Amino acid sequence: MVDCIECGGELSLYDDIEAGEILDCSTCGAELEVLEVDPVEVDKAPELQQDWGE
Amino acid sequence: MVSVKVGLCYSRIRHDEKLLLSALRERGHAVEKIDVRDQQFDLADPPAALAEVDVLLDRCLATSRSTYLTQFAAAYGIPVVNSAETATTCADKVETSLALEAAGVPTPETKVAFTTGAALEAIEAFGYPCVLKPVVGSWGRLLAKIDSRSAAEAILEHKETLGHYEHSVFYVQAFVDKPGRDIRVLACDGEPVAAMCRSGEHWVTNAANGAKTQEFAVEDDLAALVAQASAAVGGGLLGIDLMETGTGYTVHEINHTVEFKALNDAVAVDVPGAVVDWLESTVETAAVPAGGD
Repeated sequence: MVDCIECGGELSLYDDIEAGEILDCSTCGAELEVLEVDPVEVDKAPELQQDWGE
Repeated sequence: MVSVKVGLCYSRIRHDEKLLLSALRERGHAVEKIDVRDQQFDLADPPAALAEVDVLLDRCLATSRSTYLTQFAAAYGIPVVNSAETATTCADKVETSLALEAAGVPTPETKVAFTTGAALEAIEAFGYPCVLKPVVGSWGRLLAKIDSRSAAEAILEHKETLGHYEHSVFYVQAFVDKPGRDIRVLACDGEPVAAMCRSGEHWVTNAANGAKTQEFAVEDDLAALVAQASAAVGGGLLGIDLMETGTGYTVHEINHTVEFKALNDAVAVDVPGAVVDWLESTVETAAVPAGGD
């Protein structure tokens, strides 16, 4: 588990979580980026940029 | 297959990257995750994270990062998938259209203009509806289907006011009256791995916008066109998007950091497994020094 940095709600984590992955807080809807996995550390995810895509 | 050290370059780990990471690790390949946001690129010497890999896999979410990363990799002599040539061509719709046209690949009729006045003339020449797209962008963002002159005038004014110079490169295309769906083919150096059609009520039938997906059988004529389109942009791991015109296909987009989670869910093929198969053969063919056996 990790706490949402926006609302303090708890987020469940998958076993195969990766640094760089995005988590959605089910309580407040914030998008959080996983910075570290051991221990898990999150921050607000970057906002969408115009050149993002595939 | 020997074990390969793969540098997976990213700024966000999407479901697609997780699928690739799993497939690579299951094969016993060493994977170095390289967050490109942490790197500094010298003109002559690679950053330490890049120096020790056998091959770089460009999975950058940002097109600008992807194009520069691949160019630096080429300058350092580090094999990179996809190549800088492919990334540069596919990152920009004008470059893609020119490459397809030069190769004789059917693609929607397109005009490019640099002022709102010239763009309006191009739009009027196409008639309504026609389509206006940003030259860089993905996921169906900022696409405009223009149904009237008044709509064209408003959209052009908005684009000019947005500020970024790219929005003043007006990429105008004929509207293709497709049968409610388009087709995505994932191909490795022109060889189709799997394909799906994407259907929806909206004129933009993009999986990212919620289109329904279904496996699509690749017949010989489509496979030949995919090979031709792939070669036109430099080859590699590509997502080639086509529309049915009634008499054949037209290629409207080629994606060089292709997302495939929706495709993987829609088809029976193990898409990430097939991508890793191709990556292994690419490394072997290039005789890249491998990390062990």
